[in-house]
Amino acid sequence: MYNLVEHGIYSENEQKEDPEKYEEFMARIEAGEKIEADDWMPDEYRQTLIKLISMHGISEIMGALPEKEWVPKAPTLKRKLGIMAKVQDEMGHGQLLLRVAEDLMAPYGKDRGDLMRDLLEGKLKFHNVFHMPTKTWADAGVIGWLVDGAAIISQTNMLDASYGPYQRALQRICAEEVFHAQHGEAIVMALAEGTKEQRAMLQDAVNRWWSALLMFFGPASASTTGSSKQEVTTKYRIRKSSNEELRQAFLDKYLPRVFALGLTVPDETAHYDEDKQKWIYKQPDWTEFKKIISNNGPRSKERLRLREIAYENNSWVREALAPTAAMS
Amino acid sequence: MNLVETPAEAQKNQSYYNALVELLYQFADDDFIVSFRGSEWLGLAPHIEEDVAFSSITQNTMGHAFLFYQLLEDLGEGSADSLAHDRSASERRNAVYFEKVNGKGTYVEEPYYDWALTVVRQFLYETFKKVKLQAASRSSYEPLAHTAQKILMEQPYHLAHWKMWITQLHGATEEARMRIHSRLEEAWREILDALELGPLAEEMERQKLIKKEKDLQEEWQQSVEETLGFLPNIPLGKNLGNGRAKQHTKDLEQALATLTEVYVSDREAVW
Repeated sequence: MYNLVEHGIYSENEQKEDPEKYEEFMARIEAGEKIEADDWMPDEYRQTLIKLISMHGISEIMGALPEKEWVPKAPTLKRKLGIMAKVQDEMGHGQLLLRVAEDLMAPYGKDRGDLMRDLLEGKLKFHNVFHMPTKTWADAGVIGWLVDGAAIISQTNMLDASYGPYQRALQRICAEEVFHAQHGEAIVMALAEGTKEQRAMLQDAVNRWWSALLMFFGPASASTTGSSKQEVTTKYRIRKSSNEELRQAFLDKYLPRVFALGLTVPDETAHYDEDKQKWIYKQPDWTEFKKIISNNGPRSKERLRLREIAYENNSWVREALAPTAAMS
Repeated sequence: MNLVETPAEAQKNQSYYNALVELLYQFADDDFIVSFRGSEWLGLAPHIEEDVAFSSITQNTMGHAFLFYQLLEDLGEGSADSLAHDRSASERRNAVYFEKVNGKGTYVEEPYYDWALTVVRQFLYETFKKVKLQAASRSSYEPLAHTAQKILMEQPYHLAHWKMWITQLHGATEEARMRIHSRLEEAWREILDALELGPLAEEMERQKLIKKEKDLQEEWQQSVEETLGFLPNIPLGKNLGNGRAKQHTKDLEQALATLTEVYVSDREAVW
Protein backbone atom coordinates (compact mmCIF):
# COMPACT_ATOMS: atom_id res chain seq x y z
CA MET A 1 0.00 0.00 0.00
CA TYR A 2 1.42 3.29 -0.95
CA ASN A 3 1.12 6.96 -1.29
CA LEU A 4 3.71 9.64 -1.46
CA VAL A 5 3.52 12.43 1.05
CA GLU A 6 6.08 15.07 1.61
CA HIS A 7 8.77 14.74 4.15
CA GLY A 8 12.34 15.91 4.33
CA ILE A 9 14.74 13.29 5.51
CA TYR A 10 17.79 14.29 3.61
CA SER A 11 19.06 17.74 2.97
CA GLU A 12 19.27 18.79 -0.64
CA ASN A 13 22.58 18.08 -2.21
CA GLU A 14 24.01 21.38 -3.38
CA GLN A 15 26.71 20.07 -5.62
CA LYS A 16 26.40 20.97 -9.28
CA GLU A 17 25.72 18.10 -11.59
CA ASP A 18 27.27 17.40 -14.93
CA PRO A 19 24.73 18.74 -17.50
CA GLU A 20 25.91 16.23 -20.09
CA LYS A 21 25.31 13.30 -17.79
CA TYR A 22 21.93 14.75 -16.91
CA GLU A 23 20.92 15.03 -20.59
CA GLU A 24 22.04 11.48 -21.21
CA PHE A 25 20.09 10.26 -18.18
CA MET A 26 16.91 12.03 -19.27
CA ALA A 27 17.28 10.64 -22.78
CA ARG A 28 17.52 7.12 -21.35
CA ILE A 29 14.38 7.34 -19.23
CA GLU A 30 12.48 9.09 -22.01
CA ALA A 31 13.41 6.20 -24.30
CA GLY A 32 11.83 3.87 -21.70
CA GLU A 33 15.12 2.46 -20.43
CA LYS A 34 15.36 1.31 -16.84
CA ILE A 35 17.86 2.82 -14.43
CA GLU A 36 19.71 0.37 -12.18
CA ALA A 37 21.12 0.88 -8.68
CA ASP A 38 24.73 1.41 -9.83
CA ASP A 39 23.89 3.70 -12.76
CA TRP A 40 24.57 7.41 -12.62
CA MET A 41 21.48 9.37 -11.60
CA PRO A 42 20.75 12.99 -10.70
CA ASP A 43 20.67 13.67 -7.01
CA GLU A 44 17.09 14.88 -7.19
CA TYR A 45 16.08 11.55 -8.75
CA ARG A 46 17.88 9.55 -6.08
CA GLN A 47 16.37 11.60 -3.26
CA THR A 48 12.89 11.44 -4.71
CA LEU A 49 13.18 7.67 -4.98
CA ILE A 50 14.52 7.31 -1.44
CA LYS A 51 11.60 9.30 -0.07
CA LEU A 52 9.05 7.47 -2.18
CA ILE A 53 10.33 3.95 -1.62
CA SER A 54 11.23 4.27 2.05
CA MET A 55 7.79 5.67 2.72
CA HIS A 56 6.19 2.90 0.70
CA GLY A 57 8.26 0.27 2.54
CA ILE A 58 7.67 1.62 6.00
CA SER A 59 3.95 1.99 5.25
CA GLU A 60 3.78 -1.72 4.41
CA ILE A 61 5.35 -2.46 7.77
CA MET A 62 3.21 0.00 9.74
CA GLY A 63 0.23 -1.31 7.76
CA ALA A 64 0.66 -4.72 9.34
CA LEU A 65 -0.17 -3.22 12.74
CA PRO A 66 -3.85 -2.28 12.28
CA GLU A 67 -4.58 -5.59 10.58
CA LYS A 68 -2.62 -7.48 13.18
CA GLU A 69 -5.26 -6.43 15.68
CA TRP A 70 -7.65 -8.77 13.84
CA VAL A 71 -5.34 -11.67 13.03
CA PRO A 72 -6.06 -13.76 16.14
CA LYS A 73 -9.64 -12.54 16.29
CA ALA A 74 -10.56 -13.68 12.77
CA PRO A 75 -13.83 -15.59 13.25
CA THR A 76 -13.02 -18.91 11.55
CA LEU A 77 -9.93 -21.02 10.97
CA LYS A 78 -10.02 -20.22 7.25
CA ARG A 79 -10.25 -16.49 7.93
CA LYS A 80 -7.42 -16.79 10.43
CA LEU A 81 -5.23 -18.43 7.79
CA GLY A 82 -6.28 -15.89 5.16
CA ILE A 83 -5.47 -12.81 7.20
CA MET A 84 -2.23 -14.34 8.48
CA ALA A 85 -1.09 -14.95 4.91
CA LYS A 86 -2.07 -11.44 3.94
CA VAL A 87 -0.27 -9.66 6.75
CA GLN A 88 2.79 -11.81 6.17
CA ASP A 89 2.80 -10.68 2.55
CA GLU A 90 2.68 -7.04 3.65
CA MET A 91 5.72 -7.52 5.88
CA GLY A 92 7.44 -9.21 2.95
CA HIS A 93 6.67 -6.20 0.74
CA GLY A 94 8.12 -3.94 3.41
CA GLN A 95 11.31 -5.98 3.49
CA LEU A 96 11.62 -6.01 -0.29
CA LEU A 97 11.12 -2.25 -0.56
CA LEU A 98 13.46 -1.36 2.29
CA ARG A 99 16.18 -3.29 0.48
CA VAL A 100 15.57 -1.25 -2.65
CA ALA A 101 15.71 1.94 -0.58
CA GLU A 102 18.87 0.82 1.21
CA ASP A 103 20.75 0.45 -2.07
CA LEU A 104 19.78 3.99 -3.00
CA MET A 105 20.83 5.32 0.40
CA ALA A 106 24.22 3.62 0.40
CA PRO A 107 26.08 6.59 -1.19
CA TYR A 108 24.86 8.75 1.71
CA GLY A 109 26.21 6.22 4.21
CA LYS A 110 22.68 5.52 5.49
CA ASP A 111 21.03 2.18 6.14
CA ARG A 112 17.88 0.59 7.50
CA GLY A 113 18.74 1.57 11.06
CA ASP A 114 18.56 5.21 9.94
CA LEU A 115 15.12 4.62 8.42
CA MET A 116 13.83 3.08 11.65
CA ARG A 117 15.20 5.98 13.65
CA ASP A 118 13.72 8.47 11.17
CA LEU A 119 10.35 6.75 11.58
CA LEU A 120 10.46 6.96 15.37
CA GLU A 121 11.60 10.58 15.24
CA GLY A 122 8.78 11.49 12.88
CA LYS A 123 11.04 12.33 9.95
CA LEU A 124 9.89 9.38 7.88
CA LYS A 125 6.14 9.37 7.47
CA PHE A 126 3.80 6.48 6.85
CA HIS A 127 0.58 6.33 4.96
CA ASN A 128 -2.50 8.11 6.32
CA VAL A 129 -4.71 4.99 6.38
CA PHE A 130 -2.44 3.25 8.87
CA HIS A 131 -2.94 5.97 11.47
CA MET A 132 -6.62 5.00 11.74
CA PRO A 133 -8.22 2.81 14.40
CA THR A 134 -9.84 -0.53 13.63
CA LYS A 135 -13.05 -1.14 15.50
CA THR A 136 -14.66 -4.35 14.27
CA TRP A 137 -13.98 -7.39 12.10
CA ALA A 138 -15.57 -5.48 9.21
CA ASP A 139 -12.54 -3.17 9.26
CA ALA A 140 -10.37 -6.15 8.31
CA GLY A 141 -12.62 -6.65 5.28
CA VAL A 142 -12.72 -2.99 4.29
CA ILE A 143 -8.95 -2.65 4.61
CA GLY A 144 -8.41 -5.66 2.36
CA TRP A 145 -11.04 -4.70 -0.17
CA LEU A 146 -10.84 -0.91 -0.41
CA VAL A 147 -7.48 0.08 1.06
CA ASP A 148 -5.66 -2.64 -0.86
CA GLY A 149 -7.86 -1.85 -3.84
CA ALA A 150 -6.69 1.75 -3.66
CA ALA A 151 -3.10 0.55 -3.30
CA ILE A 152 -3.40 -1.54 -6.45
CA ILE A 153 -4.56 1.50 -8.41
CA SER A 154 -1.82 3.68 -7.04
CA GLN A 155 0.91 1.07 -7.61
CA THR A 156 -0.27 0.05 -11.05
CA ASN A 157 0.39 3.67 -11.93
CA MET A 158 4.10 3.02 -11.32
CA LEU A 159 4.43 -0.43 -12.86
CA ASP A 160 6.51 1.09 -15.61
CA ALA A 161 8.61 3.25 -13.30
CA SER A 162 11.97 4.28 -14.68
CA TYR A 163 13.86 2.86 -11.72
CA GLY A 164 14.33 -0.85 -12.45
CA PRO A 165 14.63 -2.30 -8.92
CA TYR A 166 11.47 -0.49 -7.78
CA GLN A 167 9.58 -1.35 -10.94
CA ARG A 168 10.38 -5.05 -10.53
CA ALA A 169 9.43 -5.01 -6.84
CA LEU A 170 6.11 -3.42 -7.78
CA GLN A 171 5.36 -6.14 -10.32
CA ARG A 172 5.54 -8.73 -7.58
CA ILE A 173 3.76 -6.60 -5.00
CA CYS A 174 0.84 -5.83 -7.32
CA ALA A 175 0.37 -9.51 -8.14
CA GLU A 176 0.04 -10.25 -4.42
CA GLU A 177 -2.15 -7.25 -3.71
CA VAL A 178 -4.73 -8.67 -6.09
CA PHE A 179 -5.08 -11.67 -3.75
CA HIS A 180 -5.38 -9.32 -0.80
CA ALA A 181 -8.20 -7.43 -2.43
CA GLN A 182 -9.94 -10.75 -3.10
CA HIS A 183 -9.42 -11.77 0.52
CA GLY A 184 -10.95 -8.47 1.64
CA GLU A 185 -13.79 -8.77 -0.82
CA ALA A 186 -14.63 -12.27 0.46
CA ILE A 187 -14.89 -10.96 4.03
CA VAL A 188 -17.02 -8.02 2.86
CA MET A 189 -19.32 -10.26 0.79
CA ALA A 190 -19.92 -12.59 3.74
CA LEU A 191 -20.87 -9.61 5.91
CA ALA A 192 -23.01 -8.01 3.20
CA GLU A 193 -24.95 -11.25 2.76
CA GLY A 194 -25.08 -11.91 6.49
CA THR A 195 -27.25 -10.93 9.42
CA LYS A 196 -28.62 -7.45 10.05
CA GLU A 197 -25.87 -6.89 12.61
CA GLN A 198 -23.17 -7.98 10.17
CA ARG A 199 -24.49 -5.60 7.51
CA ALA A 200 -24.62 -2.77 10.02
CA MET A 201 -21.06 -3.53 11.07
CA LEU A 202 -19.96 -3.36 7.45
CA GLN A 203 -21.78 -0.08 6.73
CA ASP A 204 -20.26 1.43 9.84
CA ALA A 205 -16.78 0.42 8.70
CA VAL A 206 -17.32 1.92 5.23
CA ASN A 207 -18.52 5.16 6.85
CA ARG A 208 -15.49 5.37 9.08
CA TRP A 209 -12.97 4.57 6.31
CA TRP A 210 -14.47 6.78 3.62
CA SER A 211 -12.51 9.98 4.11
CA ALA A 212 -9.27 8.09 4.75
CA LEU A 213 -9.81 6.38 1.39
CA LEU A 214 -10.32 9.69 -0.40
CA MET A 215 -7.19 11.03 1.26
CA PHE A 216 -5.27 7.93 0.22
CA PHE A 217 -4.33 9.39 -3.16
CA GLY A 218 -3.14 12.67 -1.75
CA PRO A 219 -4.35 16.19 -2.52
CA ALA A 220 -5.19 17.14 -6.09
CA SER A 221 -2.56 19.86 -6.17
CA ALA A 222 0.27 21.26 -4.14
CA SER A 223 -1.82 24.28 -3.21
CA THR A 224 -4.00 22.09 -0.96
CA THR A 225 -1.32 21.06 1.50
CA GLY A 226 1.56 23.31 0.63
CA SER A 227 3.71 20.95 -1.42
CA SER A 228 3.48 17.94 -3.66
CA LYS A 229 5.94 15.61 -5.30
CA GLN A 230 3.61 14.78 -8.17
CA GLU A 231 5.46 16.95 -10.68
CA VAL A 232 8.90 15.57 -9.86
CA THR A 233 7.81 11.94 -9.97
CA THR A 234 6.06 12.52 -13.28
CA LYS A 235 9.06 14.32 -14.77
CA TYR A 236 11.31 11.39 -13.96
CA ARG A 237 8.86 8.84 -15.34
CA ILE A 238 8.30 7.23 -11.98
CA ARG A 239 4.56 7.66 -12.17
CA LYS A 240 2.05 8.42 -14.92
CA SER A 241 -1.24 9.72 -13.59
CA SER A 242 -1.96 12.53 -11.16
CA ASN A 243 -3.41 12.08 -7.68
CA GLU A 244 -6.84 13.17 -8.85
CA GLU A 245 -6.78 10.82 -11.85
CA LEU A 246 -5.98 7.94 -9.54
CA ARG A 247 -8.75 8.91 -7.13
CA GLN A 248 -11.19 9.04 -10.05
CA ALA A 249 -10.05 5.59 -11.18
CA PHE A 250 -10.64 4.29 -7.65
CA LEU A 251 -14.12 5.79 -7.42
CA ASP A 252 -14.87 4.48 -10.89
CA LYS A 253 -13.97 0.96 -9.92
CA TYR A 254 -15.33 0.75 -6.39
CA LEU A 255 -18.28 3.10 -5.94
CA PRO A 256 -20.56 1.08 -8.27
CA ARG A 257 -19.59 -2.05 -6.33
CA VAL A 258 -20.25 -0.39 -2.98
CA PHE A 259 -23.69 0.72 -4.19
CA ALA A 260 -24.42 -2.70 -5.73
CA LEU A 261 -23.99 -4.28 -2.29
CA GLY A 262 -26.69 -1.93 -0.99
CA LEU A 263 -24.12 0.07 0.95
CA THR A 264 -23.81 3.84 1.01
CA VAL A 265 -20.98 6.29 1.51
CA PRO A 266 -21.21 9.18 3.97
CA ASP A 267 -21.45 11.82 1.22
CA GLU A 268 -24.88 12.53 -0.31
CA THR A 269 -23.27 14.53 -3.08
CA ALA A 270 -21.25 11.57 -4.38
CA HIS A 271 -22.34 10.78 -7.93
CA TYR A 272 -21.02 10.33 -11.44
CA ASP A 273 -21.39 13.42 -13.61
CA GLU A 274 -22.01 12.23 -17.18
CA ASP A 275 -21.23 15.63 -18.73
CA LYS A 276 -17.97 16.13 -16.92
CA GLN A 277 -17.18 12.40 -17.19
CA LYS A 278 -16.03 12.23 -13.61
CA TRP A 279 -17.09 11.51 -10.05
CA ILE A 280 -18.23 14.42 -7.96
CA TYR A 281 -17.53 14.10 -4.26
CA LYS A 282 -17.09 16.22 -1.19
CA GLN A 283 -13.43 17.00 -0.48
CA PRO A 284 -12.09 15.34 2.64
CA ASP A 285 -10.65 17.60 5.30
CA TRP A 286 -7.10 18.15 4.03
CA THR A 287 -6.10 19.94 7.21
CA GLU A 288 -6.97 16.74 9.01
CA PHE A 289 -4.88 14.83 6.44
CA LYS A 290 -1.85 16.97 7.22
CA LYS A 291 -2.42 16.41 10.90
CA ILE A 292 -2.69 12.64 10.44
CA ILE A 293 0.47 12.24 8.40
CA SER A 294 2.46 14.32 10.87
CA ASN A 295 1.77 11.52 13.34
CA ASN A 296 -1.15 13.26 15.02
CA GLY A 297 -3.82 10.89 13.74
CA PRO A 298 -6.15 8.85 15.95
CA ARG A 299 -3.74 5.93 16.42
CA SER A 300 -0.40 7.40 15.26
CA LYS A 301 1.22 7.52 18.64
CA GLU A 302 0.10 4.04 19.67
CA ARG A 303 1.30 2.42 16.45
CA LEU A 304 4.66 4.18 16.61
CA ARG A 305 4.90 3.16 20.24
CA LEU A 306 4.65 -0.50 19.18
CA ARG A 307 7.64 -0.11 16.89
CA GLU A 308 9.50 1.86 19.52
CA ILE A 309 8.98 -0.86 22.12
CA ALA A 310 10.00 -3.55 19.64
CA TYR A 311 13.14 -1.57 18.83
CA GLU A 312 14.16 -0.97 22.45
CA ASN A 313 13.03 -4.28 23.80
CA ASN A 314 14.99 -6.28 21.21
CA SER A 315 18.16 -4.22 21.45
CA TRP A 316 19.93 -7.13 23.21
CA VAL A 317 19.06 -9.34 20.23
CA ARG A 318 20.52 -6.85 17.76
CA GLU A 319 23.67 -6.64 19.85
CA ALA A 320 23.87 -10.42 19.93
CA LEU A 321 23.51 -10.59 16.15
CA ALA A 322 26.13 -7.94 15.48
CA PRO A 323 29.19 -9.37 13.70
CA THR A 324 31.44 -8.62 16.66
CA ALA A 325 29.24 -10.42 19.16
CA ALA A 326 30.23 -14.06 18.59
CA MET A 327 32.21 -15.41 21.49
CA SER A 328 35.04 -17.80 20.78
CA MET B 1 -1.62 -54.64 14.10
CA ASN B 2 -4.63 -53.82 12.00
CA LEU B 3 -4.79 -50.35 10.58
CA VAL B 4 -7.89 -48.29 11.18
CA GLU B 5 -8.63 -46.64 7.89
CA THR B 6 -11.75 -44.57 8.47
CA PRO B 7 -13.51 -42.55 11.18
CA ALA B 8 -16.40 -45.04 11.08
CA GLU B 9 -14.05 -47.90 11.93
CA ALA B 10 -12.52 -45.91 14.78
CA GLN B 11 -15.96 -45.20 16.19
CA LYS B 12 -16.72 -48.91 16.52
CA ASN B 13 -14.24 -49.39 19.33
CA GLN B 14 -14.97 -47.02 22.21
CA SER B 15 -11.64 -47.27 23.98
CA TYR B 16 -9.78 -46.86 20.70
CA TYR B 17 -11.92 -43.84 19.87
CA ASN B 18 -11.41 -42.20 23.27
CA ALA B 19 -7.64 -42.54 23.13
CA LEU B 20 -7.57 -41.32 19.52
CA VAL B 21 -9.56 -38.14 20.07
CA GLU B 22 -7.55 -37.40 23.21
CA LEU B 23 -4.35 -37.54 21.17
CA LEU B 24 -5.82 -35.42 18.39
CA TYR B 25 -6.99 -32.76 20.85
CA GLN B 26 -3.45 -32.52 22.17
CA PHE B 27 -2.03 -32.04 18.69
CA ALA B 28 -4.69 -29.52 17.68
CA ASP B 29 -4.78 -27.50 20.91
CA ASP B 30 -0.98 -27.29 21.12
CA ASP B 31 -0.68 -25.94 17.58
CA PHE B 32 -3.61 -23.56 18.07
CA ILE B 33 -2.14 -21.87 21.15
CA VAL B 34 1.45 -21.90 19.89
CA SER B 35 0.28 -20.23 16.69
CA PHE B 36 -1.61 -17.61 18.72
CA ARG B 37 1.42 -16.71 20.82
CA GLY B 38 3.37 -16.44 17.59
CA SER B 39 0.81 -14.18 15.94
CA GLU B 40 1.00 -11.79 18.90
CA TRP B 41 4.60 -11.11 17.85
CA LEU B 42 3.64 -9.86 14.42
CA GLY B 43 5.35 -6.54 13.74
CA LEU B 44 7.36 -6.79 16.95
CA ALA B 45 10.09 -9.29 16.03
CA PRO B 46 13.76 -8.26 16.30
CA HIS B 47 13.97 -7.46 12.58
CA ILE B 48 11.79 -7.38 9.47
CA GLU B 49 13.22 -10.58 8.01
CA GLU B 50 12.30 -12.38 11.22
CA ASP B 51 8.81 -10.90 11.13
CA VAL B 52 8.37 -12.40 7.68
CA ALA B 53 9.79 -15.80 8.66
CA PHE B 54 8.02 -16.04 12.02
CA SER B 55 4.65 -15.06 10.60
CA SER B 56 5.05 -17.73 7.94
CA ILE B 57 5.78 -20.37 10.60
CA THR B 58 2.85 -19.13 12.69
CA GLN B 59 0.56 -19.36 9.71
CA ASN B 60 1.70 -22.91 8.92
CA THR B 61 1.18 -23.87 12.54
CA MET B 62 -2.40 -22.59 12.45
CA GLY B 63 -2.79 -24.66 9.29
CA HIS B 64 -1.64 -27.73 11.22
CA ALA B 65 -4.14 -27.01 14.00
CA PHE B 66 -6.80 -26.82 11.30
CA LEU B 67 -5.81 -30.27 9.95
CA PHE B 68 -6.06 -31.84 13.41
CA TYR B 69 -9.39 -30.15 14.17
CA GLN B 70 -10.62 -31.52 10.85
CA LEU B 71 -9.65 -35.04 11.85
CA LEU B 72 -11.74 -34.50 14.98
CA GLU B 73 -14.60 -33.13 12.91
CA ASP B 74 -14.47 -36.25 10.72
CA LEU B 75 -14.74 -38.34 13.88
CA GLY B 76 -17.95 -36.56 14.87
CA GLU B 77 -16.54 -34.29 17.58
CA GLY B 78 -18.14 -31.16 16.06
CA SER B 79 -17.10 -28.70 13.36
CA ALA B 80 -13.45 -27.72 13.21
CA ASP B 81 -14.40 -24.10 13.80
CA SER B 82 -16.47 -24.81 16.87
CA LEU B 83 -13.71 -27.04 18.26
CA ALA B 84 -11.21 -24.24 17.80
CA HIS B 85 -13.43 -21.38 18.95
CA ASP B 86 -16.12 -22.75 21.19
CA ARG B 87 -14.41 -24.81 23.86
CA SER B 88 -13.65 -23.33 27.25
CA ALA B 89 -10.21 -23.45 28.85
CA SER B 90 -11.30 -26.36 31.02
CA GLU B 91 -11.82 -28.49 27.89
CA ARG B 92 -8.45 -27.79 26.30
CA ARG B 93 -5.54 -30.25 26.28
CA ASN B 94 -2.66 -27.98 25.27
CA ALA B 95 0.39 -27.99 27.51
CA VAL B 96 0.38 -25.14 30.01
CA TYR B 97 3.87 -23.93 29.10
CA PHE B 98 2.63 -23.07 25.61
CA GLU B 99 -0.13 -20.80 26.87
CA LYS B 100 2.22 -18.71 28.99
CA VAL B 101 2.12 -15.05 27.90
CA ASN B 102 4.99 -13.71 25.79
CA GLY B 103 5.76 -11.08 28.37
CA LYS B 104 4.19 -8.00 29.89
CA GLY B 105 1.53 -5.99 28.11
CA THR B 106 -0.82 -7.09 25.35
CA TYR B 107 -0.19 -7.48 21.65
CA VAL B 108 -1.77 -4.10 20.91
CA GLU B 109 -0.59 -2.14 23.90
CA GLU B 110 2.82 -1.91 25.56
CA PRO B 111 3.98 -5.38 24.50
CA TYR B 112 7.19 -5.99 26.41
CA TYR B 113 7.67 -9.43 24.95
CA ASP B 114 10.70 -11.55 25.58
CA TRP B 115 12.45 -12.92 22.52
CA ALA B 116 14.48 -15.34 24.67
CA LEU B 117 11.29 -16.97 25.97
CA THR B 118 9.99 -17.26 22.43
CA VAL B 119 13.18 -18.73 20.98
CA VAL B 120 13.46 -21.28 23.80
CA ARG B 121 9.79 -22.20 23.71
CA GLN B 122 9.57 -22.49 19.94
CA PHE B 123 12.75 -24.54 19.80
CA LEU B 124 11.62 -26.97 22.50
CA TYR B 125 8.15 -27.16 21.02
CA GLU B 126 9.21 -27.81 17.44
CA THR B 127 11.74 -30.39 18.59
CA PHE B 128 9.02 -32.28 20.42
CA LYS B 129 6.52 -31.80 17.64
CA LYS B 130 8.86 -33.46 15.18
CA VAL B 131 9.42 -36.45 17.48
CA LYS B 132 5.69 -36.77 18.11
CA LEU B 133 4.76 -36.39 14.44
CA GLN B 134 7.31 -38.98 13.40
CA ALA B 135 5.73 -41.42 15.82
CA ALA B 136 2.23 -40.45 14.64
CA SER B 137 3.24 -40.96 11.02
CA ARG B 138 3.26 -44.68 11.84
CA SER B 139 -0.02 -44.50 13.78
CA SER B 140 -2.61 -47.27 13.58
CA TYR B 141 -5.12 -44.54 12.62
CA GLU B 142 -4.33 -43.98 8.98
CA PRO B 143 -5.86 -40.49 8.60
CA LEU B 144 -3.59 -39.36 11.45
CA ALA B 145 -0.56 -41.06 9.91
CA HIS B 146 -1.24 -39.27 6.62
CA THR B 147 -1.71 -35.90 8.29
CA ALA B 148 1.51 -36.34 10.27
CA GLN B 149 3.41 -37.25 7.10
CA LYS B 150 2.01 -34.20 5.36
CA ILE B 151 2.97 -31.84 8.19
CA LEU B 152 6.44 -33.39 8.36
CA MET B 153 7.05 -32.11 4.86
CA GLU B 154 7.32 -28.54 6.20
CA GLN B 155 7.67 -28.76 9.98
CA PRO B 156 11.42 -29.62 9.99
CA TYR B 157 12.04 -26.21 8.38
CA HIS B 158 10.37 -24.58 11.37
CA LEU B 159 12.59 -26.55 13.70
CA ALA B 160 15.67 -25.60 11.69
CA HIS B 161 14.72 -21.94 12.04
CA TRP B 162 14.54 -22.08 15.83
CA LYS B 163 17.66 -24.24 16.08
CA MET B 164 19.48 -21.48 14.24
CA TRP B 165 18.16 -18.83 16.64
CA ILE B 166 18.95 -20.68 19.84
CA THR B 167 22.45 -21.66 18.72
CA GLN B 168 23.19 -18.17 17.49
CA LEU B 169 21.97 -16.40 20.63
CA HIS B 170 23.57 -18.91 22.92
CA GLY B 171 26.92 -18.40 21.24
CA ALA B 172 26.70 -14.61 21.11
CA THR B 173 26.97 -12.02 23.87
CA GLU B 174 27.08 -12.82 27.56
CA GLU B 175 23.70 -11.18 27.98
CA ALA B 176 22.10 -13.32 25.27
CA ARG B 177 23.60 -16.47 26.75
CA MET B 178 22.29 -15.61 30.22
CA ARG B 179 18.83 -14.83 28.91
CA ILE B 180 18.64 -18.11 27.00
CA HIS B 181 19.92 -20.07 30.00
CA SER B 182 17.45 -18.55 32.36
CA ARG B 183 14.52 -19.24 30.00
CA LEU B 184 15.74 -22.81 29.45
CA GLU B 185 15.78 -23.52 33.16
CA GLU B 186 12.35 -22.00 33.50
CA ALA B 187 11.14 -24.21 30.63
CA TRP B 188 12.58 -27.26 32.30
CA ARG B 189 10.48 -26.57 35.37
CA GLU B 190 7.29 -26.04 33.36
CA ILE B 191 7.29 -28.12 30.18
CA LEU B 192 6.80 -31.67 31.40
CA ASP B 193 3.08 -31.92 30.59
CA ALA B 194 3.93 -31.08 26.98
CA LEU B 195 6.09 -34.20 26.86
CA GLU B 196 3.31 -36.38 28.22
CA LEU B 197 0.33 -37.98 26.55
CA GLY B 198 -2.11 -37.42 29.39
CA PRO B 199 -4.45 -39.74 31.28
CA LEU B 200 -4.98 -42.08 28.29
CA ALA B 201 -1.28 -42.48 27.52
CA GLU B 202 -1.23 -46.22 28.09
CA GLU B 203 -4.27 -46.81 25.93
CA MET B 204 -2.72 -44.72 23.15
CA GLU B 205 0.33 -46.91 23.22
CA ARG B 206 -1.69 -50.15 23.50
CA GLN B 207 -3.76 -49.15 20.47
CA LYS B 208 -0.57 -48.30 18.56
CA LEU B 209 -1.78 -44.75 18.02
CA ILE B 210 1.64 -43.43 19.00
CA LYS B 211 4.82 -44.48 20.78
CA LYS B 212 5.36 -44.89 24.48
CA GLU B 213 5.52 -41.57 26.34
CA LYS B 214 8.93 -42.34 27.83
CA ASP B 215 10.41 -43.05 24.39
CA LEU B 216 9.12 -39.77 23.02
CA GLN B 217 10.61 -37.91 25.96
CA GLU B 218 13.98 -39.59 25.56
CA GLU B 219 14.13 -38.85 21.86
CA TRP B 220 13.25 -35.24 22.59
CA GLN B 221 15.96 -34.88 25.22
CA GLN B 222 18.54 -36.41 22.92
CA SER B 223 17.60 -34.07 20.12
CA VAL B 224 17.65 -30.99 22.39
CA GLU B 225 21.06 -32.01 23.74
CA GLU B 226 22.38 -32.56 20.24
CA THR B 227 21.59 -28.95 19.36
CA LEU B 228 22.58 -27.27 22.63
CA GLY B 229 25.48 -29.47 23.66
CA PHE B 230 24.06 -29.62 27.20
CA LEU B 231 20.81 -29.95 29.15
CA PRO B 232 19.71 -27.97 32.20
CA ASN B 233 20.85 -29.77 35.29
CA ILE B 234 17.45 -29.85 37.00
CA PRO B 235 14.56 -32.30 36.84
CA LEU B 236 11.76 -31.69 34.33
CA GLY B 237 8.65 -30.39 36.02
CA LYS B 238 5.16 -29.06 35.45
CA ASN B 239 5.08 -26.22 37.90
CA LEU B 240 2.31 -24.37 36.07
CA GLY B 241 -0.07 -27.35 36.01
CA ASN B 242 -0.96 -30.19 33.70
CA GLY B 243 -2.63 -29.13 30.48
CA ARG B 244 -3.07 -32.70 29.32
CA ALA B 245 -5.38 -33.12 32.32
CA LYS B 246 -7.17 -29.91 31.31
CA GLN B 247 -5.62 -27.78 34.04
CA HIS B 248 -4.88 -24.29 32.82
CA THR B 249 -3.84 -20.82 33.88
CA LYS B 250 -5.42 -17.40 33.36
CA ASP B 251 -3.09 -16.96 30.40
CA LEU B 252 -5.15 -19.43 28.39
CA GLU B 253 -8.35 -17.57 29.23
CA GLN B 254 -6.78 -14.34 27.98
CA ALA B 255 -5.76 -16.07 24.77
CA LEU B 256 -9.17 -17.64 24.20
CA ALA B 257 -11.00 -14.39 24.86
CA THR B 258 -9.08 -12.86 21.95
CA LEU B 259 -9.14 -15.88 19.65
CA THR B 260 -12.89 -16.35 19.97
CA GLU B 261 -14.11 -12.75 20.33
CA VAL B 262 -15.70 -12.41 16.90
CA TYR B 263 -16.79 -16.05 16.57
CA VAL B 264 -18.78 -16.04 19.80
CA SER B 265 -20.41 -12.69 18.98
CA ASP B 266 -22.66 -14.73 16.65
CA ARG B 267 -22.12 -18.48 16.46
CA GLU B 268 -24.80 -18.98 13.80
CA ALA B 269 -23.61 -16.28 11.43
CA VAL B 270 -21.58 -17.05 8.32
CA TRP B 271 -18.32 -15.14 8.58
